[in-house]
Amino acid sequence: MSYKTIEEINEKIKAGKAVVVTAEEMVDIVEEKGVKQAAKEIDVVTTGTFGPMCSSGAFINFGHSDPPIKMTKVWLNDVPAFAGLAAVDAYIGATELSESRGMEYGGAHVIEDLIAGKDIHLVAESYGTHCYPRKEISTYINKNNVNQAFMFNPRNAYQNYNAATNSSNKIMYTYMGTLLPRCGNVTYSTSGQLSPLLNDPFYRTIGIGTRIFFGGAQGYVAWEGTQHNPEQKRGENGVPLGPAGTLALIGDLKQMSTKYVRAAVYQQYGVSIFIGVGIPIPIIDEDMAEKTAVKNKDIYTNVVDYSVSSGPRPVLRRVSYTELMSGSIELNGKMVPTAPLSSIKKAREIACVLKEQILKGEFLLTQPVTSLPLTNTVNKLEIRNKTEGELNEED
Amino acid sequence: MKKIKVTMYFPANKIAVPLTYHLIRDYNLMINILNADVSLNKVGTLVADIEGEDKDIEAGLEYVRKIGAEYTVFTKSIIWQEESCVHCGACTAVCPSGALKMDKSDWSLTFDREKCLICELCVNACPLRVMSVKNGDIIK
Repeated sequence: MSYKTIEEINEKIKAGKAVVVTAEEMVDIVEEKGVKQAAKEIDVVTTGTFGPMCSSGAFINFGHSDPPIKMTKVWLNDVPAFAGLAAVDAYIGATELSESRGMEYGGAHVIEDLIAGKDIHLVAESYGTHCYPRKEISTYINKNNVNQAFMFNPRNAYQNYNAATNSSNKIMYTYMGTLLPRCGNVTYSTSGQLSPLLNDPFYRTIGIGTRIFFGGAQGYVAWEGTQHNPEQKRGENGVPLGPAGTLALIGDLKQMSTKYVRAAVYQQYGVSIFIGVGIPIPIIDEDMAEKTAVKNKDIYTNVVDYSVSSGPRPVLRRVSYTELMSGSIELNGKMVPTAPLSSIKKAREIACVLKEQILKGEFLLTQPVTSLPLTNTVNKLEIRNKTEGELNEED
Repeated sequence: MKKIKVTMYFPANKIAVPLTYHLIRDYNLMINILNADVSLNKVGTLVADIEGEDKDIEAGLEYVRKIGAEYTVFTKSIIWQEESCVHCGACTAVCPSGALKMDKSDWSLTFDREKCLICELCVNACPLRVMSVKNGDIIK
């Protein structure tokens, strides 16, 4: 049964009458009042996450110099940026490493420094053309003197993720943090019951075009994220039991804040970036009230052995987020300490900030332009020969 | 009164000596054992805070040396730049003593310097690079 449309919710927001709560508050409200009453009373539930999201980066247009240059190779603070598009457009990827400082500084740091308003050293090369005669340039840019700087992140806000451990005898340095030998620890990376896509497991309200809190600015869901895997096994409550849906996000870097975008370095793995994402979920009916009341104890993931580098990594057990967040879980008959990698404190802060913005009428909700796919799986990259009979330029 | 943090190493044949008992009774020292790794036929290590008068600490450490054990005094400390921390918790994955822990009430990182063994594992495990080692005054 449907109670409200998004237009009606927006009218209430504009009139200052909307009832907005965070996903954590919703758990208690539904427990106390029941799904039916909560669906009537609550208009919006805010979610949040602040974790390392490697598949992130930003497009920048530098503007034209005089004489102009068709940049073919670009470095920002000595970090290579992709320049194979037009003359002065480039994409700086978060995980790209500095050519002089290696893993200690990368694309993520360039992005954080840009957001902070710092000057960035731009070096570019070109072969020179009749219309773009300049062959090299060295100058300084910042977010105020470039034309556009927008983040476009191909895969953010993973709907659930594996927990990691290491059964080998050697310490492992991974994107899941430092994994101690002989299953000495377990790391996990999600904000659990606060996480955007865990509160809308079938993407009923989060879709293409959804306005979101993105790195402190207002951004949008641009597309399904890469490796979007909605066909992942799900529990009875519809919540995926492993990595599932993902989002491609877009937003104005110039409006972002270093409070919600932070560069990260994982020892021996490389550079990543913490991105703060918050998505408001309109409580259009009882189903959404029920889904947004999901609790950590009802969200499960697999503890995966990262020491196995070939073939599918073994799953050692299934575990709930309540167990992971307790600080230790039982693994092979012994208690193993657990540690988060995604900041729950910041996720909570984001859900609260978004709630305040909606209450003040600064943030309005959107109807998705179209839905995210509910059918899609992840392909493997096969190492194979060319398909028989297919022609290419060599033939 | 002063307080120092030491690691003591016992040769395999000295683990039967009731060292802490003597330090407490004979030298009037307060001992807080932070970490102990003692097993038969193996070099044992004991990490402890030692608190007492300067001369008592000096005499106590002389006793440690006399019975054939060795010690090193911690001169470093771990600095946590709290204002730059995002409280992700990655450092808690490697902290062996529980000095770095998540406060479950608000998911803030907490750092109990008393429990810190200065193993420095958190320095590299921190993705934000907000943990660092500070060299302190060298204690003789």
